[in-house]
Amino acid sequence: MTKQGTAAPDQTQANWAEEAVAEHAGAVHLTREEQVLERIDRARRRKARIKEPRITMSHGAGGKASRTLTEAIFLDALANPVLAELEDAASLTIGTAKLAFTTDSFVVSPLFFPGGNIGDLAVNGTVNDLAMSGARPLYLSAGFILEEGFPVDDLRTIVASMAAAAQRAGVTVVTGDTKVVQRGKGDGCYINTAGVGVLERDVPLRAASAKPGDAVLVSGPIGEHGVTIMLCRGELDIEADLESDTAPLHEIAAALLDAVPGVRMMRDATRGGVATILNEVAVASQVSVVIDEAAVPVNPMVNGACELLGIDPLYVACEGRLVTIVDGTQADAALTALRGHPLGTGAAIIGRIKDDPPGLVLLKTSFGGTRIVDLLVGDPLPRIC
Amino acid sequence: MCLGIPGEIIEILTDRPDLARVDVCGVKRAINIGLLEDEELSAGDWVLIHVGFAMSKIDEREAKAALEFLEGIGQAYAEELAALSESNIT
Amino acid sequence: MSVRFVDEFRDADKALALSAQIAALCEPGRHYKFMEVCGGHTHTIYKHGLEDYLPDTVQLVHGPGCPVCVIPMGRVDDAIAIAEEPGVIMTSFGDMMRVPGGRGSFFDSNAAGADIRMVYSPLDALKVAQANPDKKVVFMAIGFETTAPSTAMTVLRAEALGLTNFSIFCNHVTIIPAIKAILDSPDLRLDGFIGPGHVSTVIGCRPYEFIAAEHGKPLVCAGFEPLDILQSVYMLLLQLKEGRCEVENQYSRVVPWEGNLKALKVINQTMTLRPYFEWRGLGFISHSALAVNETYAAFDAERIFNVPGVRVADPKACQCGEVLKGVLKPWECKVFGTACTPETPIGTCMVSSEGACAAYYNFGRFTRERVKEATRSVSQPVDIELMPARP
Repeated sequence: MTKQGTAAPDQTQANWAEEAVAEHAGAVHLTREEQVLERIDRARRRKARIKEPRITMSHGAGGKASRTLTEAIFLDALANPVLAELEDAASLTIGTAKLAFTTDSFVVSPLFFPGGNIGDLAVNGTVNDLAMSGARPLYLSAGFILEEGFPVDDLRTIVASMAAAAQRAGVTVVTGDTKVVQRGKGDGCYINTAGVGVLERDVPLRAASAKPGDAVLVSGPIGEHGVTIMLCRGELDIEADLESDTAPLHEIAAALLDAVPGVRMMRDATRGGVATILNEVAVASQVSVVIDEAAVPVNPMVNGACELLGIDPLYVACEGRLVTIVDGTQADAALTALRGHPLGTGAAIIGRIKDDPPGLVLLKTSFGGTRIVDLLVGDPLPRIC
Repeated sequence: MCLGIPGEIIEILTDRPDLARVDVCGVKRAINIGLLEDEELSAGDWVLIHVGFAMSKIDEREAKAALEFLEGIGQAYAEELAALSESNIT
Repeated sequence: MSVRFVDEFRDADKALALSAQIAALCEPGRHYKFMEVCGGHTHTIYKHGLEDYLPDTVQLVHGPGCPVCVIPMGRVDDAIAIAEEPGVIMTSFGDMMRVPGGRGSFFDSNAAGADIRMVYSPLDALKVAQANPDKKVVFMAIGFETTAPSTAMTVLRAEALGLTNFSIFCNHVTIIPAIKAILDSPDLRLDGFIGPGHVSTVIGCRPYEFIAAEHGKPLVCAGFEPLDILQSVYMLLLQLKEGRCEVENQYSRVVPWEGNLKALKVINQTMTLRPYFEWRGLGFISHSALAVNETYAAFDAERIFNVPGVRVADPKACQCGEVLKGVLKPWECKVFGTACTPETPIGTCMVSSEGACAAYYNFGRFTRERVKEATRSVSQPVDIELMPARP
C-alpha cells in the first residue's frame, strides 16, 4: 500500500541533485537575459565528466551524453592529437601515403528493414565515413558477433548484401573475424567494420573550417532511415510506405569535391541527425549556423510520423544523406553538383553560416519565428544503426 | 504530452467497431474510437488523436469559420499594407 | 502534401496580420500578462518562435500544465520500486523515461537491470501484457484529464479481456486545482488565461467559468497551432478592450463546450479523486489527482505492489515553484543553465521539453534582437518594419 496520502511522510534528498547544485555554487549569477548564453556556455566549457555509474541508452544516442562519454572516458585516457579531432575518419600519414582510417559498429534492430539490412548499413556506413573525409574508400574489415541460435540463412542474406554493397561502393572486404556468444548475450548479429581509404585530394575537411557567409546544404530528404526503423519495429502499430535511405556517398561526395573547390566539410547524417552535425560545426568553428526550416527537405510521411510521435525530423538518423558546408559564393555550383547525382536529386541549400551568436544553431521556422536547435538530449530512437 | 494530431478515418474495422484506421500524412495507424461512440463516425471524418485514442471529431464547419476569420484578418492587413505603400504624404 | 487542419493554422502571412491586430489592440503604456496553462502551448510557442510576433508589452507566462513535470521525484522512485520487483515489466510514455527521481531515471533503472519499456499508447501496454502472460505488466499512467480517459478505457478493455497481469500506477492529475493554486497566489498579477485545449475536449469549457465570474480574468480556450495561440491572444486583448470578461472557445473545431460525456463517464467508472496529492513545485493540493477506485482494485498497482511512498525534496536552490507560477523567468533562477540543464534537471520546470525552463533553454534562450538579426538574411524575413511601431 502506498503511503501517499498519509500526513507528513518521511523526506529524503536526491543526492545527485544536491551534488550538482554544490558543484556550481560560487558561479557568478548572471541574471540578465543577455547573459544567459554566457552562463550556459561557461557551464558547458567545464571539463566533461560522467556522473552516472552505469551506461544508459542516452550514451548511444549521438547527442550530449554520447559526446560527454567520448570526451570524459575515451579522449581522456587515449589522448592524442588525431583522436582529439573527433572527425568521422582519422587522417594519417604513413611514409608518403596519406590515408583515412575509420571504424563503426552496427547494432540495428530489427536486422532486416524496408530498404536494406544490417549488412548494407555496415558497408555503406563505413564507406561514407571515409568519403566524408575526402578519401577514396578502398578496404574494409568486417567483424561479426553472432548469437547462438541465429539462423544461418539470415547470415547468408546479410553477407550477400554486404558483397553487393561493397561492389557498388568499389571497396573490398579484405579481412574479418567471427565470434559467437551464448543465446541471450547478443541480439542476433552485431557487425563491426573498419575502413581504410586514400586521401588523394589536398583539401582539409574539418568541422572547424566553417566561415561566416558559407552555405549549408543537404543532399536529400532527411529522417527516412530513422523513421523506417522505428515504424518497422512494430511496436507503434503504424504503417507507412517508407524505406531506409542507406546508400554509399563516395561518388556524390567526389562529384561535389570535383565541382567545388571551397568545400569546408562534409558529414553523413547518422545518429542524432542533421541537427547534431550542425551543432558540432557551430561549436568547432565558433560560428552561428542559421537554417531555414522551409528549405529543409522532408518526405511528407516522415513529417507525418514525426508529428504523430512528437519527434523533430532534424534529430532523426539518415544513412545515405550528407550535410556539407561550402564557400557561400559556390553554393549554387555545389547544389548543381549534388543534384547531378541520382542520390542527390532532392538536395537543397538549407541555410547560411553567420558570425553571431557563436556556437549556436538557429532555426527560422516556416512560421516566421526563430528558435534554437540544441544538441540532442536523451534518445528518441534507440538502436537505429 | 498534450500531443494531439488530426487524422482522417480511412475505415472502421468491421470485427472491432471500436477501432478505426486513420491516415496522418500518408502514415496509417489503428486507433480506438470508443470515446466517440455517440458520434456516428465514418470514413472521411477527421478526428483528433491522442495516445492512440480519438478524443474529438473535428467540426469542419468550425474549422472553416476559424479559417475565414484568419482570412478576414489577413485581407484587412493586406489592404492596409497596400494603402500604406500607395499613400504618399510628401 | 499538406497536413490538413495543421498547415492552415501555421500560415506565416496570417500570423503577420494577426500580429498587427494584436499590437493595435494594446493600450499604449499598458503591459499585459497572460498565462498559458498547458505545457503543449509552451512547447508550440517556443518551437515556432511565436514571441517574435507579440509586442514587447504582451508577456506570456508559462503555467504548471505539464503533467510530467509535476510528478514528484518520490513518485518516480515508487515507479522504479515497482519495476524492480521480480517479473515486472513497466511501460511508460517516452517523456517519462528521462525524468530523474531521487536515485535516477527509468533509463538509469534499465541500465541497472529493470525492464521499463517505452509505449506510445496505454493500449500498447495492454499488448505487452497479452504477449507476456507470465509477467506482471504495469502502465505508468500520467497526464491531465486529456489522457485519463484513455487510461480508463484501457482498464475497461483489460477487464473485458479477462487479463490478470495488467495494472496501472495512476498519476493522473486534474487541471482546475492547479489553476486555482495560481489564482490564489498573491504574487501573481495576470490579465487573462490561454486555456488548455486538449484537456477541454474532455472537461469542456464550463469548468473555467469561475475564473471569469469569481476572479475577473478572461480565459480563451486555445488550439495548439501557432495561429491558434495568436488568435487567442487577440481574443483576450479584445475582451479587455471591450470590457468583457468571459470564457471563449477559440479551439471550437475540436473542443465541444460541454466536453466529452463518454470520456468523463469512463473516468468516473474506474477512478476516484484522491483526498490530496503532491505536485512538484506547488506542494500538496487537495482533490487534484486520480487513483484507481475500489471496483477496479485488481488493476491498481498501488494495491498490488509495495510502494515505498517516500518523499524526495527538491534542493533548496530549486526555484521551480516561482517559475511555475510565473513569478520568476527561467533565466532568473539561480541554477538555470548551470546546475540545472535539460541533461541534469534539478526541478520540474526543466524536466520535460514542455517545462518552461526546458522550452526556454532548448529553443528560446536568446535575446530576441540578436536572433532576428542573425536569421534576417536567410530567407524572406518577417518584415517587422511594416508592423506598428513598438515602444
